[in-house]
Amino acid sequence: MPEKTYLQAISDGLRQEMRRDERVFVIGEDVGVYGGAFKVTVGLLDEFGPWRVIDAPLSEIAIVGSATGSALMGLRPVAEMQFSDFVSCAWDQVVTVAAKQHYRANTPVPMVLRLPSGGGFSGGPFHSQSPESSFTHVPGLKIVCPATPQDAKGLLATAIEDPNPVLYFEHKHLYRRIKAEVPDERYTIPFGKARIHRAGDEITLVTWGAMVHTAAEAVDELEGEGTTVEIIDLRTLQPWDKPAVLESVAKTGKLLILHEDTRTSGFGAEIAAQVAEEAFELLDAPIRRVAAPDTPIPFSPVLEKAFIPQVEDVAVALRELAAY
Amino acid sequence: MATRTQIEVVMPQMGVSVSEGTIVKWLKSEGEAVQADEPLLEISTDKVDTEVPCPANGVLGSIVQLEGVTVAVGTTIALITTGDEAPAESAPEPEPEPESAPIGASRPAAPEPAPAPPVEPATRTFVSPVVARIAAEHSVDLERVTGTGHGGRVTKKDILAHIAAAEGPALVSSQPLPAPVTSSAPENGDRLEPMSQMRRSIAEHMRRSLDTSAHATTVFEVDMSSVVAIRSGLKPEFLERHGVRLTYLAFVARATVEALRNWPWLNAEIRGDEIVTHSYINLCIAVALEGGKGLIVPAIRGAEGLNLLGMARAIQDVGDRARSKQLTPEDMQGGTFTITNPGGHGSVVGTPIINQPQVAILDTEALVKRPVVITDEKGVDAISVRPIMNLCLSFDHRLIDGAYAVQFMAEVRSSLESWGEERY
Repeated sequence: MPEKTYLQAISDGLRQEMRRDERVFVIGEDVGVYGGAFKVTVGLLDEFGPWRVIDAPLSEIAIVGSATGSALMGLRPVAEMQFSDFVSCAWDQVVTVAAKQHYRANTPVPMVLRLPSGGGFSGGPFHSQSPESSFTHVPGLKIVCPATPQDAKGLLATAIEDPNPVLYFEHKHLYRRIKAEVPDERYTIPFGKARIHRAGDEITLVTWGAMVHTAAEAVDELEGEGTTVEIIDLRTLQPWDKPAVLESVAKTGKLLILHEDTRTSGFGAEIAAQVAEEAFELLDAPIRRVAAPDTPIPFSPVLEKAFIPQVEDVAVALRELAAY
Repeated sequence: MATRTQIEVVMPQMGVSVSEGTIVKWLKSEGEAVQADEPLLEISTDKVDTEVPCPANGVLGSIVQLEGVTVAVGTTIALITTGDEAPAESAPEPEPEPESAPIGASRPAAPEPAPAPPVEPATRTFVSPVVARIAAEHSVDLERVTGTGHGGRVTKKDILAHIAAAEGPALVSSQPLPAPVTSSAPENGDRLEPMSQMRRSIAEHMRRSLDTSAHATTVFEVDMSSVVAIRSGLKPEFLERHGVRLTYLAFVARATVEALRNWPWLNAEIRGDEIVTHSYINLCIAVALEGGKGLIVPAIRGAEGLNLLGMARAIQDVGDRARSKQLTPEDMQGGTFTITNPGGHGSVVGTPIINQPQVAILDTEALVKRPVVITDEKGVDAISVRPIMNLCLSFDHRLIDGAYAVQFMAEVRSSLESWGEERY
């Protein structure tokens, strides 16, 4: 099986879907001639032509609006925001139009928004956010956050097949940093099915996206201390695999939730609340969260490091939970 | 009313992965005056042995943990009494509650406690939901369960272990370190002694390594003629100009590091279902302590960037510091490949155990003169006496196939056999 970076997996997966289904097209700023801000769509214009690879004007609301309209008319748009931060410009189209359409008129909106998210490269407050939690609060949307190249490709195929608007958060920090074997053939990965990244039986660590790798490094640090940690990569937040989390907590009795987004009203709060509601009698320690502080993301590399949860932060929280 | 403060002395954290330490010796006794920063006690952990400085001026009020006891990091081991009324003979006070008044708060002058035997403080610790449920289901009296959690809390693990013990052998999750068991008296003049922290750590690590990796060992004979010649030429210069002893080990380490670049899976580890291949080489060198007191395996960081002189110097440095107990926790972390060197005592073949989470360990054996058949450039065979060293590689067959391992070894061998004068 060939090794691919996270970015190549997304790129190849997208090309495969476009070859397979001619209703699939891409639209976004600089996705055609330039090949996308992060070069995910390189080569697509040459292969599929300007009708299926559309360089849009600099207007997120126009991009999502036209994607929503074409989805209503039976196409399968994959729209790119250059940075997930800018999807806020299209909030109305995403939240008010696309998310509500099926409920109001019984017409599906099979649209995918590709949203490069996350920090770690001194991009500052407008280019580093992880806004997935905001959209989990909107009924009618599906939220996908792959952490590995295999998942990136399989979840993209599922997103394009899905009849609902899907927000596909691809983590910029992982683009060229992680590499793994990815099957050449087409495959899909179901939404709402978590992946056990590491098995263990003393603490359950629930996370997604780039933090899966931070979690794994923290658990490596604990090697030899006699604490085994189960890392659950949720893969999708809406829907999220509550049964997998509850099953793990039933075994461990201790839960740590880790996310890169800010703490207050982050999706970790939702997970914590549901576990407390449904599994109170399984808990052997207070549920813990490790998340970014409630501030904008700083430019300064030093401050950014203090902002984004680091391996050591996770290791400290795990040790405290282990000792509780 | 006298103001008095009790300061807790806790077992310090000596490195990120160290979870416990053993009290070797108290350097002060109860009631003795102590100064901030003067050595208070000696401790031993699986990474380093060191002295612990006193945190404040005052009087060593009470020693909570005695010599020879192993406790978790953060455990209170002594109380220092400071303030204007440092009592000459204070009865050991019950440990303050974790969330009690902040340090420095004045305490109300309690009536003098009657000199009664110290009673277990009847504190109720928190019972978590899951422990409450298990206790109810199994009718367990929590007062009778030993708590190992925060503030003596009974954890889920504690109560499950308690139930398992009561019901006989059952599914208790395996602990990495078995709890010290009270042993029976030795017989016939046998000697009984507690395991040192280091010995326990080695015992656990060796067993875990065999349980983890699929060990396989391959042995290569290496003709060290070139290395012997080069070494005897360079040795005086290294010693005089740089103060560095040039050993055969340095040559083997150099050749190993170069070959590892071409065989990266030997400089890797298995994490779950994934293979992590390191971009750097932190070369561990096993150093035996005298008198069978144990084995320390410090890492030479960034070994891929060292020439022969740098390698020889680094090996000498970690060896010296290991024997003089000057290693820091950082020296003990992050190794990616290990070389062990038992050949000094004449051993010719070994099957070393892999240093987890690494996947291979190279063993350098004694340099022995042997008659060997060599073939000259005309194709004529002759018997010649050559200095031969056996190199034994144990590798984790889960990750490394035999063919991969032996090709790596063949490269190490040819690198050593063809060592030229121009090469550093």
